[in-house]
Amino acid sequence: MEMAVDKTQFHVLAVDDSLIDRKLIERLLKTSSFQVTAVDSGIKALEFLGLNDDDDDEDEQRDSNSESISSDEDQDHQDLGVNLIITDYCMPGMTGYDLLKKIKKSSCFKDIPVVIMSSENIPSRINRCLEDGAEEFFLKPVRLSDVNKLRPHLMKGRSKDIDFPDRTRSGCLISTGN
Amino acid sequence: MAIAALKTQHRNLVQTMFDEGMLDNQFNQLQDLQDSSNPNFVDEVITLFCNDAERIITELTRHLSYQNVDFSKLDSYVHQLKGSSSSIGAHRLKLACVNLRQASDGWNKEECVEAFYSIRREYCHLRTKFQVMMQIQRRIVSLENNQQ
Repeated sequence: MEMAVDKTQFHVLAVDDSLIDRKLIERLLKTSSFQVTAVDSGIKALEFLGLNDDDDDEDEQRDSNSESISSDEDQDHQDLGVNLIITDYCMPGMTGYDLLKKIKKSSCFKDIPVVIMSSENIPSRINRCLEDGAEEFFLKPVRLSDVNKLRPHLMKGRSKDIDFPDRTRSGCLISTGN
Repeated sequence: MAIAALKTQHRNLVQTMFDEGMLDNQFNQLQDLQDSSNPNFVDEVITLFCNDAERIITELTRHLSYQNVDFSKLDSYVHQLKGSSSSIGAHRLKLACVNLRQASDGWNKEECVEAFYSIRREYCHLRTKFQVMMQIQRRIVSLENNQQ
């Protein structure tokens, strides 16, 4: 299936309990031509994706025509529309890390790249998130230069044949957001 | 020309705030995100920030008035204010928050109260300057709209 990737907009789901940070990340993403949905909690993020909080194995999909799950996984993502999730780490109730785990456990959504943001530079926290499947870890305040790092992860999701060098870990630990 | 003079005034005010350490580079990032399709972005963010800061300061005042201070609640509020201060580039206010967090970690009510007074002072200075900044900005936008 050919897709005109430069013409199709990527849809990012942003999760942050801070109103100011939500407004900021939304503007940053829109400036970079992403379509954005911003929610204020992990629970709302899961609801938006159509995942029940307590169902880990049986995930409910919003899209009802899901006959062939494996080959149409990309199509399902397209229909749901979320190509990347960017979430704050520190949130009341479900943390960004909890959300990451739930996404990665989900058969439908585990391939959606997840990026974590945090105002605190704690190496053990950063490493744990990366080890458990986060693509990037941004230190807040997030800047346009950070958002520009997202596109390769999205392109990778679109065309799985293209091989991108794995620079995530070193690239991420160096970036301090300064 | 009125608009040019106002823009100079605006620029000088922002520069002063940078020079005094009230603002840091993150504020530049905010300004860069404002453009013709989002001409009021900075204004909107500052307004959101001030409303939120005042809510938090009210809560901090309340919690510090209790005989037995709930330091973890205090910490949670300060964490929020530190986060939003950092996000808009309110440098000195952010530092004042760090001080209150440290005092709160030490479970020292007196130190917390002192640190809180600093936060309140810094916020008041910042708000005054922001109000002037926004007045100038709004005047510029209104004059520019009248020109068209």
